Amino acid sequence: MALAFFFLFISITLGITFWAARRTRTTEHFYAAGRSISAGQNGFALAGDYMSAASFLGIAGLVSTTGFDGLIYSTGWLVGWPVVLFLIAEPLRNLGKYTFADVVALRLRAVPVRIAAALGTLATVVFYLIAQMVGAGSLIRMLFDIPFEAAVALTGAAMIVYVLFGGMLATTWVQIVKAGLLLGGATALGLLVLARFDFDPTRLFAAAAEKYGDAVLAPGKLVSSPLEAVSLGMALMFGTAGLPHILMRFYTVPEARAARSSVFYATGLIGYFYLMTFVLGFGAMVLVGPDAIRAADAGGNMAAPLLAELLGGTPFLGFISAVAFATILAVVAGLTLSGAAALSHDLWVNVVRSGRSESDEELRVARFATVALGVLAIALGISLEGQNVAFMVALAFAIAASANFPALVLAIFWPRLTTAGAVASMVTGTLVTVLLIWLSPTIQVDVLNHASAWFPLKNPALVTIPLSFAMGIVVSLLRPEPEAEARFRALARQMHLGHEEP
Amino acid sequence: MTERDAALELLASRRARVAGALTAAVMAVYFGFILLIAFAKPLLATKLAPGLSLGIALGAAVIVISWLSTWVYVRWANRHYDAALDELRK
Repeated sequence: MALAFFFLFISITLGITFWAARRTRTTEHFYAAGRSISAGQNGFALAGDYMSAASFLGIAGLVSTTGFDGLIYSTGWLVGWPVVLFLIAEPLRNLGKYTFADVVALRLRAVPVRIAAALGTLATVVFYLIAQMVGAGSLIRMLFDIPFEAAVALTGAAMIVYVLFGGMLATTWVQIVKAGLLLGGATALGLLVLARFDFDPTRLFAAAAEKYGDAVLAPGKLVSSPLEAVSLGMALMFGTAGLPHILMRFYTVPEARAARSSVFYATGLIGYFYLMTFVLGFGAMVLVGPDAIRAADAGGNMAAPLLAELLGGTPFLGFISAVAFATILAVVAGLTLSGAAALSHDLWVNVVRSGRSESDEELRVARFATVALGVLAIALGISLEGQNVAFMVALAFAIAASANFPALVLAIFWPRLTTAGAVASMVTGTLVTVLLIWLSPTIQVDVLNHASAWFPLKNPALVTIPLSFAMGIVVSLLRPEPEAEARFRALARQMHLGHEEP
Repeated sequence: MTERDAALELLASRRARVAGALTAAVMAVYFGFILLIAFAKPLLATKLAPGLSLGIALGAAVIVISWLSTWVYVRWANRHYDAALDELRK
């Protein structure tokens, strides 16, 4: 029964993919869905892209095993959206074409900027992909009772097919369908939980406190030091505005006004969903119990599916698992697409071919890049079994917030940014963040079993975001680039008014 | 500098001010919350009602306030910013 629901959903989404595939003809379609998506549709698609396995499986798992601490992720992942709206969305839509590097490169020397931006994009995408693969692997292993490795490989293969044949249009429709399903599924699950507590969330929280102590309703061990809390908070808040697959969505709408409205819709949908994670997480804690959740998956990722099985039996488990799997598949497809765009649009066409490539060739390179990224994600996903996916995605956010966000904000708002400054900011942001994650307790203590780590913080954003901004500013001030500043003035009109008809 | 350039520059700085102020407001709300988590754990454990700690109430409030801030910006932009852009397009 669970499997029947599961396959029903997979066949529906594959149907959408093939329908869209017949309409993917040009690069414009492959990356930007022909700029034909409405604000409401894009709001759902943004929400779909954003509400990943980390949100559904990861946060529910963290809340069910640690209580209040998991909610730090729920709030942090929402506050990034106002930042995207206020600072990024409209200028991005008006200045760029397919990737965020378009905007940074616009008034600087394109080749070095695109190489640096592709580095940041790929690092973010790969970390993000690993987390989704681990979530999918845990889920499929539990559902089908097959080995973790096979489960991850299966997800990866389905993902490659999605992106390869459908491109952005199919990915957008999958996101919209999936956002609806995920919100519906989470609502149904939430209502089933609340029905046991007279539809009063505080009685649910009180039950959790009664069973596991008042401590579960207050901050606890997860963020052990104040610096740790602030660092995680910075990664979550500024990471959103540096996520390549989210930024890419603003090119699928016809104009800046639609980009603006779509963020408002997306924030509402995502906010509602994160409020629901309060109920799902505490519901799983009280009804399933932290020990049973940890027994099913060391990272706690199976809390929501276990809760579904308890409350609605096998059919509901099948439904929620299908929703979770589709969620992962869709997010992974969006991520792969933005990684493919970085490789083919930013590196191949604009660097290797100096912008003189045919659209056909760019599309071929993008499809090749899709396969390569898929295979890489499968390999890395298999090696990181048993980590909590919300925590791992927070590391991807730290990279996005340090590598992409500072350069993008400086490019949009600061006339004196130079090519060297932008490159220094992006390269430092990427490399130092990855290095500090490697030196952090997560890798050194948890994975490599060393006694201590060189770098104390689990999430390095507190150090790397200011460092990346400082590099961009200092390097720019050391050697001014008058042409870049002159072009900033010239582009001011396009930044506000968009591409104008000649 | 032409009159249109001057008007555009004025509009650009107005948008930057609104965007900057709203960003600062959301940051103040969120990092206020994070700093409470970091430095005032006992305070956040205070019970407002049975089952409702101050921490959970504030967490929910942060989500709602963030969403309202996007509504404030969209309303401002749709009314004032877009109107000024239409003027510039003429």
